Amino acid sequence: MAKKLIDLVQTKFADAVVHSHSRLGNDTIVLHREHLVSVMEFLRDDPATKMNFLRDITAVDYHHRVPRFDVVYVLYSMEHKHMLIVRVQLNEEDIDIPSVSQLWGCAGWLEREVYDMYGMNFTNHPDLRRVLLYEEFEGHPLRKDYATQASQPRVELLKPERDSVEEFFHYVKDKDQATGSRAAE
Amino acid sequence: MGQDIYKEIDQDIHTDPMILQMGPSHPATHGTVRFTLTLDGETVVKCETEVGYLHRGFEKEAENSTWTQVFPYTDRLNYVSPLLNNFGYALAVEKLLEIEVPERCNYIRTIMGEISRLSDHLTCIGAGALELGAMTAFLYAIEGRELVWDLIEEVTGARLTVSYGRIGGVKDDLTPDFAEHWKATRERLIEIHGITDKLLTRNRIFLDRMEGTGVITPEAAVSYGFTGVTLRSAGVGYDVRKDHPYFCYDRVDFDVPVGEHGDNFDRYLVRMAEVLQSIRIIDQCLAQMKPGPVNSDDPRVVLPEKAKVYNTIESMIQHFKIIFEGVQVPPGEVYSYTEGGNGELGFYIVSNGTGKPWKIHVRAPSFIVMGGIHKLFEGSLLADIIPTFDTVNMIGGECDR
Repeated sequence: MAKKLIDLVQTKFADAVVHSHSRLGNDTIVLHREHLVSVMEFLRDDPATKMNFLRDITAVDYHHRVPRFDVVYVLYSMEHKHMLIVRVQLNEEDIDIPSVSQLWGCAGWLEREVYDMYGMNFTNHPDLRRVLLYEEFEGHPLRKDYATQASQPRVELLKPERDSVEEFFHYVKDKDQATGSRAAE
Repeated sequence: MGQDIYKEIDQDIHTDPMILQMGPSHPATHGTVRFTLTLDGETVVKCETEVGYLHRGFEKEAENSTWTQVFPYTDRLNYVSPLLNNFGYALAVEKLLEIEVPERCNYIRTIMGEISRLSDHLTCIGAGALELGAMTAFLYAIEGRELVWDLIEEVTGARLTVSYGRIGGVKDDLTPDFAEHWKATRERLIEIHGITDKLLTRNRIFLDRMEGTGVITPEAAVSYGFTGVTLRSAGVGYDVRKDHPYFCYDRVDFDVPVGEHGDNFDRYLVRMAEVLQSIRIIDQCLAQMKPGPVNSDDPRVVLPEKAKVYNTIESMIQHFKIIFEGVQVPPGEVYSYTEGGNGELGFYIVSNGTGKPWKIHVRAPSFIVMGGIHKLFEGSLLADIIPTFDTVNMIGGECDR
């Protein structure tokens, strides 16, 4: 079982895979960024893989390593009960990565968290905003160079005439209806 | 003349969609989440979810403490079933260390984990009933939870923030009369289960609010990453305990209750059925388990006995090194997953070979459910949000980390 998935991806997408391993029972492939979406789509739709369940997206900051970041996707198949971890390495200067939000419903939401914590720029993401922190927050706290005790600028109180409901109303009206929570469909 | 007056009244009343802010602290939603709802009359057209009001930087905090010091933080993730978080995290670190825990420890973890799950499910059922106005059912369910917490207190010494898990074992063995106390508690829990069932399952008001509301299709549930009861109620029988057994789940016999409609009522029924399954698992574990050590004998990981620490220099040094430098976890990364109170609780941990974690990421089931909760809300009535939000059992501490 263990190597089957890796072999399958390697034969199908020979030039997409940087390297692979199965340490501690976690089958892992490291992909080139350009091939991410096509490989992910293949993994989701191919009858032999059927990775219809995206467990998690996260990132790791290795700080002094080059390339500095890893974005990690944990895929699972409800039918075949197998798991595959897909990693993409990113350099510090170029943190664009294609979004996979069109493939899984939860991907957009999870990518927002990675953007929030690490600042990855998911291109083609329909609604890339912070999710756990507030929009005035400066920096991306899970990066290793973010000081634990760093203080944040004080957020000005909303002026009395500024009405958040009214503002949101404009947001909904001005923007296309397909933004926001519905966009992931 | 008279006709003209009625003409205006007969016209279709056209209204603009109304924006309503629900939360972050709404009395009927136990969790700080803000929904910005676009309403057409009473129907929810669009729901924007905003989370993060309880964010306290668990992951950053964990990077600055030793592997063992993370346990108290994991208590505060899903604070209704802290033991499940403890054991889930311990399992992840043990995978990275490649150590095995003794048999008895696995049994204890199974038992205490299921006890924790009981408290989670009872709270969810009770609180859900309360929010629909059924105070009586709430009191019974909370009585059950109190009994369960008494057991937890007896074993761990604390009721809520237990910090009972350890890398390579647990803090202590079960108390000698635990089995006896469990027997008494079990009787009452089954009674309470019966009473709650009688009070709610065929209750007209309860059925009207629960049946057919908050529906999700199995395909959408899988695509949105739902796990646990929310997924199983939609008819997908995915349970980590069954599909990828850990601890002692492969040695006990239990069923995975599965719903078929994916609505609130099915989620309630699945939870009720799981309460009985948990009791079954605990019974079997208590019958099977044998006396033995509860901690691994790996000296890199487990603290030496107190008597040795005070009387021999080697143990003293060992104790000192584990406390101050932390358990030395070999470099690597692992994704480890267990069945938490309301879904798959995953830990993605990275070690760089020191006593402190390089990274800990929690796959929090509540957070992912919040990402897809608009699917449950949109198209239904405003009032249906209350039972729906309850049955997905969102726990703020776990969602916002």
